[in-house]
Amino acid sequence: MKYLRLLLTLCIIVLMAGVVVAQDDSMMMGDFEACEAPANLPDTVTIGAIFGLSGDISVYGGVQQQGVDLAVQQINDAGYLGEGVTLAVQYEDAVSADDAIAAMTRLVEESGVPAVLGPTLSTHAFAADPIAQENGVPVMGVSNTASGITDMGDFVFRNSLPESSVIPGTIAQSAEILGYTTVGVLYGDDDDFTLSGYEVFIDALDANGIEILGEETFARGDLDFNAQLSNLLAQEPEALIVSALAAEGVQIILQARALGYVGPIIGGNGLNSPAIIENAGEAAEGVIVGAAWNSVSDNPLSVQFVADFEAAYDASPDQFATQAYTGAWLMATAIRCADSVDPAAIRDELAAIQDFPTPLGDFSFAEDRNPVHDPVVQVVEMGTFGVLGADMDDMEEPEMDATEESDG
Amino acid sequence: MELFLQQNINAISLGAIYALFALGYAMVFSILGVLNLAHSAIFMWGAFVGLLALDPEKAPLLINFILVGTPLTVIGMVVEYKFIQPGMNYTRSLHLAIQRLIALIIRVIWITILALIGQQIFIQLMPYFPETLTILPVVALIFASVAGGILSIALEFLAFRPLRERKADRLAQLISSIGAALILVNIAQFAFQAVYGRTEAFYPRDVTIFGIGTDPITLGALTITPIRLMILAIAIILMIVLQFMVQRTQVGQQMRAVAFNEKIASLLGIDVSRIYILTFFLAGAFAGIAGILYGMTFLVTTPFIGENIALIGLTAIVLGGLGSIQGALVGGFLVALIQTYSVAFGGSSYRDAIVFVLLFIMLLIRPQGLFGQPEQKRA
Repeated sequence: MKYLRLLLTLCIIVLMAGVVVAQDDSMMMGDFEACEAPANLPDTVTIGAIFGLSGDISVYGGVQQQGVDLAVQQINDAGYLGEGVTLAVQYEDAVSADDAIAAMTRLVEESGVPAVLGPTLSTHAFAADPIAQENGVPVMGVSNTASGITDMGDFVFRNSLPESSVIPGTIAQSAEILGYTTVGVLYGDDDDFTLSGYEVFIDALDANGIEILGEETFARGDLDFNAQLSNLLAQEPEALIVSALAAEGVQIILQARALGYVGPIIGGNGLNSPAIIENAGEAAEGVIVGAAWNSVSDNPLSVQFVADFEAAYDASPDQFATQAYTGAWLMATAIRCADSVDPAAIRDELAAIQDFPTPLGDFSFAEDRNPVHDPVVQVVEMGTFGVLGADMDDMEEPEMDATEESDG
Repeated sequence: MELFLQQNINAISLGAIYALFALGYAMVFSILGVLNLAHSAIFMWGAFVGLLALDPEKAPLLINFILVGTPLTVIGMVVEYKFIQPGMNYTRSLHLAIQRLIALIIRVIWITILALIGQQIFIQLMPYFPETLTILPVVALIFASVAGGILSIALEFLAFRPLRERKADRLAQLISSIGAALILVNIAQFAFQAVYGRTEAFYPRDVTIFGIGTDPITLGALTITPIRLMILAIAIILMIVLQFMVQRTQVGQQMRAVAFNEKIASLLGIDVSRIYILTFFLAGAFAGIAGILYGMTFLVTTPFIGENIALIGLTAIVLGGLGSIQGALVGGFLVALIQTYSVAFGGSSYRDAIVFVLLFIMLLIRPQGLFGQPEQKRA
């Protein structure tokens, strides 16, 4: 009889251990231990989001909305903001800087949202974010990578790794692996993102001792790049550097290949979209883009996010979707920790986020409200983005205004 | 030297498309004396129809639309001419404005009924079509140009003819064409959204005409994509054909007579109304073909590609001489060359500025353009 009771007890202990171990397998987004469950939030908390949902930038804005929607659904399902509190998002579409200004005014002054995500383009952010700053409402860019975004004020944040962090690592790694020493540079001179990308590229190229054989410019909306490309390719560079948005990027890639160029094409964040591969097809093979995130990342939260996104939308997420998803969670965390919808309190909690686990890696905001986490260099091979080379440890430490490094 | 040649090649294939587009502008202006600002919208529709025809997944939609739309259009026109227009006689005694209002309401109701019937038949027929349908690129070119021609004729009947019959000012016809352009672009936005779910679509990358495709060939230091040469060849052939038609055939002679003076032409027994319809059809066909060739060159098509080309076309015909067909040809190539050189030598930021500055200078020095006749006062 005694042995039977001992056996039964042992079985129960083993079962419970099994149950505990089984629970560890599913990664949950949202650091529930960071702050206590909020108790003072109203039944519905509405934040604003300004994305490019139509026009040629809808390749970015559409998936950003999907990422945010997925995050909001998970946040509400898990009761992250407390019992019976629902997070909602008021979306605004912005195709031009004027649209962004109007959208921000509507959100901040008419609807009185306590926080805003976006806008999609850096150019729009430079135009619209000052309105949020003036009204004391925190705004977080989830895809702004130009320099100087957070210089607009202490209510302006971004979780998208700026070009000044990603590009130096991209050039250093690709130059080491591919061994090129001469390049031609093509950039858009009428957009803040492409201009600042160009400037960071030039600095990184100089720092790595790479000779620039020629520089050409274009404007947003241009379709014909043959003249500029003919000029550049006549000098026979070993690589082409392109600072462009997706629409122009596709044309540039297609026309460069049509002119007989077979070398690598290295681009900034604008080329970091599956739309590039889809629309340029085979011509996109060999395109190199530095990124904040890649879908083959084995970070468990990233794996979980990719699975959730595919289940919800029947498509794989790209970096824009991931950063938007992370941005929504970061904002929700700030609201949770502030336990109020006072914009100033939310801003303070946002700035205090350190080592928060996200699909991008362990995420922190630096002193200047820029993101801190490790980037990755991608190359298009066989119709998809893969990681260039092998070891991430070989990568030169990117220049970051960081007070602490974190392990990716 | 090779770079110079390469830039020339870049420019000439683009110039051929501009020239085709400008030809249509010039034709309508020389024969009707009015500038058709909806021409760029027809160009865009030509590109769109060409896109649907070349995309094997969307071609069934296009064929279905044509099968359903053609008989319905015929029925609509029959009803219009046999019932509605004679029926308007019964309203003779009413105030003119009320007559026109009643006519408008009846037409709108009738067209809505037709459209709803057409939509139902379209939906019912759709399952009977194969999932994908590959149309020969040459046939797609024909589709695009015929679509452009038909749209252009519709423009004539809806936007120009009513105003002409009321002896309205040429300016009124111009503004009417601007309105038509806006409507056409808006309809295209809906169409893009309905077919592609977004306002941007790409031509298939591997289009080959008569087996000539997109793989670049290299001659020395020059690289050419054969398809661009093909596009250039098609454009040149069309222009030669047009020139032949205008100079050597009787219809062409009639067109030139109407261009000279429509009153005298009608006194000579020329059916001016028919000539106008033919002119619009040809201009639209050229715009449509320019559209599909443009789409094959740049691959991306949006409802707004007409906007860029509109100003280029206007510049081309002013540079070449308003009303002169050779002028439009030369003007088109000239604009493309100037654009390419200004980008090749300076900065692309000034590309459009340089073209317009030259236009400005031309207007100051020689307003009739390179080939135009100086203004003559005629009795």
